Amino acid sequence: MAAGTGNSIIEIAGVTRDFGSFQALKGISADIREGEFFSLLGPSGCGKTTLLRLIAGFDEPTSGTIAIDGRPMADIPANRRPTNMVFQSYAIFPHLDVAENVGYGLKTRRMPRAQIAAEVEKALEMVDLADYGRRAAHELSGGQRQRVALARALVMRPKVVLLDEPLSALDKKLREQMQVELRELQQSIGITFILVTHDQEEALIMSDRIAVMFEGRIAQLASPEELYRHPRTKRVASFIGVMNFLPATFVSRDAAGVTVDVTALGRVTIPPALVPAPLDSATIDTVGVRPEMFTILSDRVEPAERATPGTVTGNSYYGDMTYYTVQLDGGAAPITISMRNTAGRSVLPSGSRVSVGWGAESIVLFE
Amino acid sequence: MKRSGRGTSARWLTIYAVAYMVFLYAPVVLLPLFAFNDATVVAFPLSGFTTDWFAALWRTEALVDAVRNSLVVAVAAAVLATTLGASAARAAARYRFPGKGPVMGFIMLPLVLPEIIVAVALLVPIMQLGLSLSLWTVIAGHVLICIPFSIAILSSAFQGLDISLEEASLDLEESRWGTFRRVTLPLVMPGVISSLLICFTISLDEFMIAFFLTGTEVTLPVYIWSQLRFPTKLPSIMALGTLLLALSIVLLVVAEWLRRRAARRQGIEASAIGGLM
Repeated sequence: MAAGTGNSIIEIAGVTRDFGSFQALKGISADIREGEFFSLLGPSGCGKTTLLRLIAGFDEPTSGTIAIDGRPMADIPANRRPTNMVFQSYAIFPHLDVAENVGYGLKTRRMPRAQIAAEVEKALEMVDLADYGRRAAHELSGGQRQRVALARALVMRPKVVLLDEPLSALDKKLREQMQVELRELQQSIGITFILVTHDQEEALIMSDRIAVMFEGRIAQLASPEELYRHPRTKRVASFIGVMNFLPATFVSRDAAGVTVDVTALGRVTIPPALVPAPLDSATIDTVGVRPEMFTILSDRVEPAERATPGTVTGNSYYGDMTYYTVQLDGGAAPITISMRNTAGRSVLPSGSRVSVGWGAESIVLFE
Repeated sequence: MKRSGRGTSARWLTIYAVAYMVFLYAPVVLLPLFAFNDATVVAFPLSGFTTDWFAALWRTEALVDAVRNSLVVAVAAAVLATTLGASAARAAARYRFPGKGPVMGFIMLPLVLPEIIVAVALLVPIMQLGLSLSLWTVIAGHVLICIPFSIAILSSAFQGLDISLEEASLDLEESRWGTFRRVTLPLVMPGVISSLLICFTISLDEFMIAFFLTGTEVTLPVYIWSQLRFPTKLPSIMALGTLLLALSIVLLVVAEWLRRRAARRQGIEASAIGGLM
């Protein structure tokens, strides 16, 4: 998964942005590496779009600095930054056709007309719109508009492409297709992409690294896998995917790991490798378990470190998966368990008595 | 009962509408009728066909001067008012600034002020400042009364403009001025054309301000008013009126055609971008 050279292309240091008394960004620091697909993920109002606009140069930070490719960007306006943006609305110029839209920035650079035509053609081929040059902007579908906006940015050969919720206007099927295509395109050309999105699934699929933002702060910056497996806080855990939260109390901490008493599951020791570094033992009151980290053990013998009895209280059938709600014996609230519908596994009806398998590695500790 | 009642009211509505149209446009139709009538007296019955009155227009030097003055004033007022109106409309649509409400209110005020008050109010300081009355003072007065119309037309054009289009242009390395020229202006062009034509028309037939603020050079409405004292000149005035009528119709048709063509190119519903009709 790791992409890029490891060199920083964008260095954000202590950036804040105040709008009157409202502080949209409360001190953001992050290094974005050259060639990586970086996502700013968070609910609306978390400041992710504000941060993207600061990078693009449409807005200035109240304090802090942003450097792109080693150059401080203070006082450098948007039209002199090595970034290009794909807008949420796509911002396709309605009075120009597709080729004129894509060639707009090259014309600004006073490139000779023949060369513009060649570059535009290449860019349109890259986004699978080879014969669309003479189409009027209003003749395009949503997905095509998105591609034109992308081609218009790529043709400038920017150091960084900024994408502001580029897929949110598309229907589900097209969105999923574009997620894969965008990712493949980014990897083949090797330009740094920064994506703003509120869709955690989209961020997981596309990114090398994700910065999860809440209320103007980065809550966690990590790879998708790290973020999903080891969310640092309960808030991050519930924002990324589904997480069961189980009440727990701290017992001890030693070379074997951190031992906690978890309601319904019992006493368990989490090995040191899975304990987050800045863990404050005294504040432990909850642990998390992902739905797929539980297994409903079938009659056939399956390996499970530990097993806890419970009763199925509901199920949702998704075709490839079934999501169960299970009330563990001695548990407070029911938990969610996801099971793959593999051969020979039938959907269990409500009321079924089951044995739920799990292990110490299923448990997530929060800071 | 109900059905016949509705029929009766529909019939009355038709009669009212027809009467209204006759009342509104019959005098206008009389204009060309008498302009081609071979008699110095403006009265029925018509005595014959002539184009003499039109020919006489070109021989009247004072009239030709008045037409030229009016065109100069109208073009200048239209361009200035539209430029200033566009700036104000864009500022109003884009930015929040202290005192925006009162400022915009003051700019729009001439719309509701009686023209004679505007005219006298302008005359007094001009005399106090010792400035001489000329076509320039008329232009200034006309700009003042045209700006509100210009803003009213252009506000909707600027409000309908997606701000991210301008940002996209800046993002593609274009300068602010280049962005205005390549993106903003083409997109608000239908509004600009409407504004130019409205202002041109308002200025062309404006009498009160032109009468008060003009020096020795008169505009067309002032000239026409001065000629009404001479009954023999009346058919000539009719001929002049006919020409102005034809010019207005041509202008409106051209403007609307341009606007619809621009709208069609952008794939926007023609009615959505605030035109003349």
